[in-house]
Amino acid sequence: MARMKFLCDADRCIECNACVTACKNEHEVPWGINRRRVVTINDGKPGERSISMACMHCTDAPCAAVCPVNCFYTTADGVVLHSKDLCIGCGYCFYACPFGAPQYPKVGNFGSRGKMDKCTYCAGGPEADGSKEEYEKYGANRLAEGKLPLCAEMCSTKSLLAGDGEIIAQIYKERVTKRGYGSGAWGWKTAYRETIES
Amino acid sequence: MAFFGKYLRLVLGACAFLLVIAMSTPSGAQQVNPTASSVKEQQLLQELNRVQGRVSIPDQRSGVLEQPAGRDWREFRNVTLRWIGGIAILGTLAVLVIFYLSRGMVRLESGRSGRSIVRFTAFERFVHWMTATCFIILAISGLNITFGRPLLLPLIGFEAFSEWSQWAKYAHNYLSFPFTIGVVLIFLMWIAGNIPNKVDVDWLKRGGGLVGHDHPPAYRFNAGQKAIYWIVVIGGGAVAATGYELMFPFYLSGIEGMQLAEIVHSVVAVLFVAAMLGHIYIGTIGMEGAFEAMGSGTVDINWAKEHHRLWLEEENARTGANDARPQPAATAAE
Repeated sequence: MARMKFLCDADRCIECNACVTACKNEHEVPWGINRRRVVTINDGKPGERSISMACMHCTDAPCAAVCPVNCFYTTADGVVLHSKDLCIGCGYCFYACPFGAPQYPKVGNFGSRGKMDKCTYCAGGPEADGSKEEYEKYGANRLAEGKLPLCAEMCSTKSLLAGDGEIIAQIYKERVTKRGYGSGAWGWKTAYRETIES
Repeated sequence: MAFFGKYLRLVLGACAFLLVIAMSTPSGAQQVNPTASSVKEQQLLQELNRVQGRVSIPDQRSGVLEQPAGRDWREFRNVTLRWIGGIAILGTLAVLVIFYLSRGMVRLESGRSGRSIVRFTAFERFVHWMTATCFIILAISGLNITFGRPLLLPLIGFEAFSEWSQWAKYAHNYLSFPFTIGVVLIFLMWIAGNIPNKVDVDWLKRGGGLVGHDHPPAYRFNAGQKAIYWIVVIGGGAVAATGYELMFPFYLSGIEGMQLAEIVHSVVAVLFVAAMLGHIYIGTIGMEGAFEAMGSGTVDINWAKEHHRLWLEEENARTGANDARPQPAATAAE
């Protein structure tokens, strides 16, 4: 089985935010929630880099470990998903997540946070693949259709890579060798406890 | 001459060509490395243990790209807290069981006099029980967040546990408000009797009458009750403040502050629960005649004599000794 991962080649990202828009549109993500965002470090200074970030679908995911109701599960492809039916909106995954992935729609007052929402790697949720219920809760299930996440698929500079971890790491390594530089796979050490040597 | 001119042009052209090559070669060797000055993830993480930047979406808080500190918090929540909570609560229960089996209920040594005196007014009792009811529900729903997944979830299954936890969360959030009001009222209405003084030192030295059959004198509140009072005021204040920080994310702090708030909230809470187990014990099966103070609001004169002699003397002096009218023998309200 593949082990699906994201890799953002920061030396290619031009901060066009198309991945952000594509994600919001594909899954009809509610107002106020961004499953993916582009963060620019040292903006306007020499050496600035932009990184597109969403849920990294961590190995031994911290969100899943701290969830009081155990609503997370990891698919055979290594994608970390959760059940909005089981989620109680306590916010613990959001304290534990290193990447700021879990977010809550604002419903009501006093911390009644509603069901957590995060990137699904375009793989939906526990409902039947491609069902209406699945779409309403989690958005499109492209993985079940044999497609990769839309953010990476339509990235204009092919900065954002999605797919089997070994394959995208190989692609990234070849790039780094060919062009002679690379600022590394951002987040990989935190998410997967590994780095790509270049 | 024409030939020489042609030759000169050729030579100049060749020179110019060589010059271009000569100039282009070193510039090729010094090709700009765009990552030479670029930001490095590891460096940023080492400096601040987080990576933060600018985002162009409205949610500026999503500018935190990476904060691996969640890993330490996870270790606390899943391992450290369970040990602290387990030892504090089960340890206290064990001590209480052993104490009860060896000491038994602290009896009224002089028996009941049949006369009683008002110890807590209706308002005081209302505040106590409002806070106490909220506390018990808050404690159970809070312990569920920490211990429910390993202990209760396997017994009742995912759906039922999630449903129960959802309601428990709502109860936890909403009952925090009356609980906080209760803590504030407790602080204000009993502060006068809870300032530590010399009598407390003596009381503590003599084991508070819990060990042996001594009856060290005490005013309205003895040193043990004062300890409970300050645990409620300080502990309650701490859980309320940190709880509201968690309930209203980003109003007071970012995620790192919320991790810290959760740590303070949960550690104080489990110690609070352990302390309240002791309080519940001594107020019910631990001591004869104690429950009615918070039940009916009156205590037997002999109980007051044995446990709060200085307070009884104060009350008698204030009202006139014979004014403690006989009242129907107070029965412990359950």
